[in-house]
Amino acid sequence: MTEPMVSFENVTKRYGTLTVLDNLNLTIGRGEKVAIIGPSGSGKTTVLRMLMTLETIDGGVIRVEGEPLTHMERGGKLVPADQAHIRKVRAKIGMVFQSFNLFPHMTALQNCIEAPMKVLGLSREKAEARAMDLLDMVGMANRRDYYPSQLSGGQQQRVAIARALAMRPKVMLFDEVTSALDPELVGEVLQVIRKLGAEHDLTMLMVTHQMGFAKEFADRVCFFHSGRICEEGEPQAFFTNPQNERSRQFLRAVLEAG
Amino acid sequence: MWDWGFALEILPTLAKAAIVTVQVTLLGFLIALSLGLALAAARIMQPWTAVPISLAVELIRSTPLLIQIFFLYFVGPSFGLTLDAMTAGILAIGLHYAAYCSEVYRAGFESVPRGQWEASVALNLGRWTTLRDIIIPQAIPPVVPALGNYLVALFKETPLLSAIAVMELMQSAKIIGSQTFRYNEPITLVGLFFLVMSLASAWAIRRVEAGINRRYRR
Ligand SMILES: Nc1ncnc2c1ncn2[C@@H]1O[C@H](COP(=O)(O)OP(=O)(O)O)[C@@H](O)[C@H]1O
Ligand SMILES: [Mg+2]
Repeated sequence: MTEPMVSFENVTKRYGTLTVLDNLNLTIGRGEKVAIIGPSGSGKTTVLRMLMTLETIDGGVIRVEGEPLTHMERGGKLVPADQAHIRKVRAKIGMVFQSFNLFPHMTALQNCIEAPMKVLGLSREKAEARAMDLLDMVGMANRRDYYPSQLSGGQQQRVAIARALAMRPKVMLFDEVTSALDPELVGEVLQVIRKLGAEHDLTMLMVTHQMGFAKEFADRVCFFHSGRICEEGEPQAFFTNPQNERSRQFLRAVLEAG
Repeated sequence: MWDWGFALEILPTLAKAAIVTVQVTLLGFLIALSLGLALAAARIMQPWTAVPISLAVELIRSTPLLIQIFFLYFVGPSFGLTLDAMTAGILAIGLHYAAYCSEVYRAGFESVPRGQWEASVALNLGRWTTLRDIIIPQAIPPVVPALGNYLVALFKETPLLSAIAVMELMQSAKIIGSQTFRYNEPITLVGLFFLVMSLASAWAIRRVEAGINRRYRR
């Protein structure tokens, strides 16, 4: 059996007295595309943020290629990881945010070469060549010298995808990346993600409200409710014949909303 | 009442003193800008420094600059810190305005959305690289006007250094006055100098501001 790319093992997250994730167990295979759906506040974003090390973990372990994310093994025991370990594991993960979070004082190209140069130590030429390939892939090569404020939301999000890919992550996290976009711009971003999906190596975890896209794109759907996975399965089965009462309610509500 | 000949005669002496005033201003402001930034950055990078720094800032802001100047110059030696008047003066003014500037920078840092830090973590940028390349370039442009105001304020407070006999404009004018018993010309000329320089710096700051707006406010 091959080692999973990412595994959540009894992961718990609390904010004060509020338990946001309750003993979460989730295993994601190499190259697997997983869609995370569920009502607002069910903990979907928290799952991605913990994996990106933007949130601490209150219980359990997250492993990336078998290595604990926030702990490291020393003398056969798990101890809290140091910064070097976290950065090493984190290098395997990239994230695209709902609000793009491009660096506003940098052009599209500068956004894409900053981390490859500063973190990976690439030369400017190498970093630019890599960035231009990716900007080309997301259809933004001709906007390389534009600042984020000169780009539409869809264009910004495509640059943000290129920026994340420039670090060559093995796992890409997408948190409602089309939710802040005007409806007519959603398609161009989904198109880019489809293109990425064709790359079999890349493991993808995406929180989305685009049910049609999840159905067509994902290998597996996880339905979250109140910090637990209520139902998971192959998209075709999940969407046509959900087993759980909560999933049925949710899908009905989403369908009604259009 | 007004003697043009006398005014002309004291002009070279005042010009020399003006250079000292400008030196004090620039060096003091340099300290204020860099130390202020260092303090504001320390609070972010090392959260445990926040309490001692805000205490120090509060202490400096709640006591008069004149007392701080005296303290550094006259009390400093009993702590083994013996400085000449010029150095003590520049240091006191620099520290005083560093306290104010650090609060300005802090507001600047707080105006940068949290998402910028988070995107930097997601790209695996180090904390210092993030601060230098991502946060500071966004935090500073909006606070340039406020920093500029402190430059002018600092400039206008340099005459306080006459209290420890630094040969800046005010001290120079006082000496001319006490030696010649004529105060009209030296004091008026010094006032004019401050007026012209303040207006000029206010204008220059507006230019810088406009430039920054063109470059950064996208
Ligand atoms: N920083 C925070 N402090 C307190 N509560 C939070 C914080 N972030 C998220 N939460 C809470 O955690 C729950 C799950 O949030 P989230 O993962 O963002 O849900 P989703 O992405 O599914 O809408 C929500 O109830 C939310 O209010
Ligand atoms: Mg969310």
